[in-house]
Amino acid sequence: MKFDTVIIGGGLSGLVSGISLQKAGRSTAIVSAGQNAMHFFSGSFESLTEAPERLMEIFSESGVNVHYSKGVRLMPLGTFKESSLSLEDISIFPDPAFARKVMVVNLAGYHDFFSSFIAEGLEKTGIGCRVCTIRLPELEHLRKSPSEMRSVQIARVMDRIWEKVMQEIRLMLKDEDAIVLPQVFGLQDITVPARIREVIPAKVVFTGTLPPSVPGLRTQMQLKRYYETLGGTFLMGDEVVDAHCHDGSVHSVETRNLGRHYLEADNFILATGGFFSKGLAATPQEVYETVFNLDVEYSEDRNAWYDPDFSKDQPYLDFGVKTDEALHPMRDSVTFKNLYAIGSILGSTRKEFGTASGGAILSAFHAVDKILSGK
Amino acid sequence: MKIQEHTVSAHNFEECMKCTVCTAYCPVLQVNPLYPGPKQAGPDGERLRLKDPYFFTTALKYCMNCKRCEVSCPSGVHVADLIQAARIKYDKSAPKLRDMMLASTDFMGRMARPFAPIVNGITSLGITKTVLDATLKIDRERTFPKYSAHGFESWLWRHSREQSAFEEQVAYYHGCYVNYNYPQLGKDLVKVLNALGVGVQLLQGEKCCGIAMITNGMSDKARKNAAKNMEALSKAVDKGLGVVTTSTTCTLTLRDEYPQLLGVDNSYVRDSINLATRFIFEKLSKGAELHFRPDFKMKVAYHVPCHLEKLGWGVFSEKLMRMIPGLEFTLLDSACCGIAGTYGFKKENYKVSQEIGAPLFEQIRLVDPDVVACDCETCKWQIEMSTGYKVMHPVSILAKALANQD
Ligand SMILES: Cc1cc2nc3c(=O)[nH]c(=O)nc-3n(C[C@H](O)[C@H](O)[C@H](O)COP(=O)(O)OP(=O)(O)OC[C@H]3O[C@@H](n4cnc5c(N)ncnc54)[C@H](O)[C@@H]3O)c2cc1C
Ligand code: SF4
Ligand code: SF4
Repeated sequence: MKFDTVIIGGGLSGLVSGISLQKAGRSTAIVSAGQNAMHFFSGSFESLTEAPERLMEIFSESGVNVHYSKGVRLMPLGTFKESSLSLEDISIFPDPAFARKVMVVNLAGYHDFFSSFIAEGLEKTGIGCRVCTIRLPELEHLRKSPSEMRSVQIARVMDRIWEKVMQEIRLMLKDEDAIVLPQVFGLQDITVPARIREVIPAKVVFTGTLPPSVPGLRTQMQLKRYYETLGGTFLMGDEVVDAHCHDGSVHSVETRNLGRHYLEADNFILATGGFFSKGLAATPQEVYETVFNLDVEYSEDRNAWYDPDFSKDQPYLDFGVKTDEALHPMRDSVTFKNLYAIGSILGSTRKEFGTASGGAILSAFHAVDKILSGK
Repeated sequence: MKIQEHTVSAHNFEECMKCTVCTAYCPVLQVNPLYPGPKQAGPDGERLRLKDPYFFTTALKYCMNCKRCEVSCPSGVHVADLIQAARIKYDKSAPKLRDMMLASTDFMGRMARPFAPIVNGITSLGITKTVLDATLKIDRERTFPKYSAHGFESWLWRHSREQSAFEEQVAYYHGCYVNYNYPQLGKDLVKVLNALGVGVQLLQGEKCCGIAMITNGMSDKARKNAAKNMEALSKAVDKGLGVVTTSTTCTLTLRDEYPQLLGVDNSYVRDSINLATRFIFEKLSKGAELHFRPDFKMKVAYHVPCHLEKLGWGVFSEKLMRMIPGLEFTLLDSACCGIAGTYGFKKENYKVSQEIGAPLFEQIRLVDPDVVACDCETCKWQIEMSTGYKVMHPVSILAKALANQD
């Protein structure tokens, strides 16, 4: 099967490059071995210092509502983190003292939202706090298997009953000028978070839960649907198992499901993510790239791979494939002329793009520009 | 040195990193709180079951074996296989009469066919449904698949001389559905393959693939069928014949469930088993041509059945349909219709089954196509019953769009 470009990996970077190329009239296929890091997404596109116009265009065409303002957001453990471009659900404040008094609302039986940590954190910044738990008969059935009372299951119920829940919350409000809710709203119906803000007479702050991330899952679905309406071919649950290369260029790749139907293309994009998504892997001796066995930048000294202090930034997260200016990776120092590496697989090897999802987006645009300009 | 990096666990269960992704995609977990979900029933539960079979729970029967968890898992864990394998290994309760009847698609078809008009009449009667509901716990809201009076096998026998005239030949694993309920799909396939210059023959001694037996606690019977099918398929492969199929579930069973769940070695035939859509696509990309009617018009919404999604071959059906001039194509969102073979027929599952399908039915109504395209026979029953829209197999759509040969 022949395409103009074949993209390996269907996470944020793969989708952004696929959408951009389809919009430019190119035919593309995305092969993705499973779901991706968007399922753990907080809702803030980190390491983006601006909001590129063409990104905003893609978001608006896919129905992803975002807003841009510099400030901080409330994290799941009650701390604050600098943020700018974020999904509409996420509130950004100029500084952590965003309210006088807050009501933190949790749902009875739900263990994946840390309301007391949040309250503790807020009190440290001088914000008064009250934690309330509401018991909803519509959620009682989920409590039959408590370990499975997860964000997504709750969100499916909330899509139906959020109005009633908000009425109850309104009645519980006393003198608070803000409420904090778990991010379990607007899985299918994206208008829900904004409508909640309209009906609650206080600031509404949605805060992260344990995975899966409801806003992340929704954003992934929206981008994938948009990619498919543009005519893109998304091969979900398939995996590139072999690549046929010759003379520093990739001719075709083989997938587990399609077997002898090799995917041929003029250009290939490698967007297989980091260790988490198995784009990179490690043995006790080495760190390697899993599809092409590309050259990887990492420390020879294994003890330097990680910091024994669990909470510190871990050095292995900086490891990534080596690339030239155009994001062409290399194997045994020979550059692949029609292959581009984007997203988390770069680790921190290309600091100009930044890491995290901002880096995934900017590196995707960079590779797309190179492909469209024929370089 | 044998260290952890070299160990491979059964169905890859040790690869699970507890990311919870599969729990967001399991259709049953979204609507049935009695089901522990793929993570708990699969890799988490397996750890416990290995310690002590006491931890096996019969709630695993709620798994539809749709494989959506496997498609979504970023770590390559064979979640659904783990669950079905655990049911085979630990569930020693005897299957109910109802489950045995539903699982014996082959037997039921053979018994019903000579009386097709009567059986069809009877199973659509309100009173029969009430009785089935009360005695066998087959939900009364279900519409029954119709039995066809004349099987596909006998039809193809009668045409075997014309078929053998073609230089290129394939063997067709038609499955129970085409033989007993819907011979037209088999005839459509013959029409399309003939247009490509390929003749179609029967396998010698094809049996029901046995998937319904596997999921209804009759794996020993399934293994017997598998052995017979392996014999039939091997004979075809010996003769240098490729094997084509039109049922996605039979295909997945023959190719993947036999080795993964039944421990039947199919390596000799596996690569020769091809969905017809993939086979046709292959012929066309090698230069063969199909000629379509210039006046053909059809608005199609395509639903990729779960097992086709698992096979990863929906792309062939899609590309073929997009090739037809005058066909307006919409790809429906990836979702389960809720029927999952015999699952949705059971009274205890009916409500869950309809709830699972609801978003898909809603989207179909929104698109409002002339026809819903789908490669799976049980999805066809479910979608037709629940939406009123006509469902056609992509091969039948191709056949309908073909220009007359003469
Ligand atoms: C737990 C977690 C939380 C995060 N939270 C945030 C956040 O809140 N904000 C933020 O800005 N950034 C966050 N990030 C950073 C995140 O990595 C990036 O934001 C971005 O989503 C990465 O996208 P990607 O497309 O490069 O890779 P991924 O999203 O990892 O996608 C890679 C895809 O490639 C597939 N793949 C791998 N190998 C193959 C193969 N051989 N064949 C086919 N497919 C293959 C994988 O299955 C996967 O689907 C988080 C990362 C993680 C791991
Ligand atoms: S096979 Fe389907 S029903 Fe069973 S656990 Fe997986 S996703 Fe759920
Ligand atoms: S998706 Fe895969 S890795 Fe994640 S919890 Fe499920 S089985 Fe485990």
